[in-house]
Amino acid sequence: MSRWIGLLIGLPLFAAMGGMGLVAFFWTPYDPRAARIRDRLRGPSADHWFGTDEFGRDVLSRLMDGAQVSFTVALSTVVFAIVVGTAIGVTAGFLRGAADRVIMACNDALLAFPGILLALGLMVALGPGQFSIVLALGLAYTPSVVRILRGTVLSLREKEYVEASRMIGNSDAYTMFRHVLPNCVAPIAVLATSMFGWAILSESALSFLGLGVPPPAATWGNMLSSGRPYMAWAEWLSLAPGLCIAITLLGVNLLGDALRDWLDPRMAAS
Amino acid sequence: MYGYVARRLAMTLPTLLLVSVAVFGLVRLIPGDPVQLMFGDLGTLEQMAVARAALGLDEGLPTQFWRWLSSAATGDFGASITNGEAVLPLIWSRFQVSASVVLVAVTIASAIGVAVGTIAAWRQNSGVDLTIVALTTLILSIPTFWLGLMLLLLFGVKLGWLPVIGYVSVAEDPLQAVAFLVLPIATLALHESGVITRMARASAIDVLRLEYIAHARAKGLSEARVLIRHVLPNAFAPTWTLVGLIMGNLLGGIAVTETVFSLPGLGRLMVDAVFGRDYPVVQGCLLFTAFLYVIVNLMIDLLYPLFDPRVGAE
Repeated sequence: MSRWIGLLIGLPLFAAMGGMGLVAFFWTPYDPRAARIRDRLRGPSADHWFGTDEFGRDVLSRLMDGAQVSFTVALSTVVFAIVVGTAIGVTAGFLRGAADRVIMACNDALLAFPGILLALGLMVALGPGQFSIVLALGLAYTPSVVRILRGTVLSLREKEYVEASRMIGNSDAYTMFRHVLPNCVAPIAVLATSMFGWAILSESALSFLGLGVPPPAATWGNMLSSGRPYMAWAEWLSLAPGLCIAITLLGVNLLGDALRDWLDPRMAAS
Repeated sequence: MYGYVARRLAMTLPTLLLVSVAVFGLVRLIPGDPVQLMFGDLGTLEQMAVARAALGLDEGLPTQFWRWLSSAATGDFGASITNGEAVLPLIWSRFQVSASVVLVAVTIASAIGVAVGTIAAWRQNSGVDLTIVALTTLILSIPTFWLGLMLLLLFGVKLGWLPVIGYVSVAEDPLQAVAFLVLPIATLALHESGVITRMARASAIDVLRLEYIAHARAKGLSEARVLIRHVLPNAFAPTWTLVGLIMGNLLGGIAVTETVFSLPGLGRLMVDAVFGRDYPVVQGCLLFTAFLYVIVNLMIDLLYPLFDPRVGAE
């Protein structure tokens, strides 16, 4: 029952925020980067639903632009981590032996690093920008994908149908693609949803610190950070972007829980 | 028991070595020449060559790595490029600020989380349970830095109960220091209690299904006694591991909270060093935090048998 509630609330929240980003590709109410100093720090009104910022830029337009950046970054990060992580994890799980041990030793060392710290360190080396964020977060999340995929492959390769496929003379590569990978889809889907949430959160945190996507591009994180000095007079600058992040995360979390209950019946029982 | 401790210790050494290689490599990846940065436009080629030799930058990478690691092992993390201060004492003084906030917050969060989670599990699928689950989902969806900003807006700006910006150390003025620390601690404690509640609830649900709980109830123990004596101790072990992970993650991600509340902690030191291109400090902070994370998790694992005697018993 709670699965449907999660889906019914989570999906619209997520779709609303994602939709905002999609629309921003074609149209925003105002130019999100056009400064109009005379209109600076105006409160919410009919012209500017969420007010204007310290340069007189329309906050709603910037929120839409920010949604586009956040969703693009999060989606690319997840795709990157899943593709690289699956390749490494499946290889390790299928080869076993020395190769597996070396891969997993390096992987565990990376896991021993807090993800956000690893991403922060990589951002230092790569310099700010949308592409570096994707690379930094993607590399930070890859080790968890590797770990889960390897575990799944290790248990799958003992199954009779995998044994049978090798028995009738199929190559390892064919067996892997045809019989092992399709069965990894469920754990990957569950992991991808939570990673999407982490990526949204980490990107906004890094941008809040000034290490993410640099201005004048709008992201929810850097809007919060540039609105902070005006908190006492223009609280909408601190409210709106944070609310967007929270709504997105709530949507993703509810979707993720629903997906896990659906794909992993053992968890649904509790 | 000793076998478990020895195995766990042996696993830590290669991890620490790989972490050091990663930190060293990360900083070497940064484009630009640190010596050029030190001199700006003012240095002559000869001066720069002398400085490069003094820093050991003219040698091969493995030699550089070895030299860096062996001096780091003796506590010499080098000196800050910006102000010449020794890195380790700097890190240590800032770390005390971060650590006190994190420790207090995690302690409060564990107390709340374990209690609330156990109650939710005890009344599984009741109105109380659903409310608790809904609340934790909500809390987990609010990023800590925004939660912090909102608390600051409410208690600092609107109500004016607490100071908005500034910091006084506990040694200088304990009362004033508490006023600055209340909000950061409340922010982290509130967020992490959501994580811990979920975990405690899940593990308490697993324990409540076991036969010895039915047995404890059958022999006539009160519900309170069943929960405190039989459910809590056995449900706490997985939560304990999570507490370690949370502590490490908080220390890694504390920069954001410290930025919101302008606390002079370790995270802020690192971010400021990143902006100032102060690489010895960045490298020191990364290495320090990563080692801390490994060691906190090691200690959590070593203490684990105290909470769950089945581990390490063989």
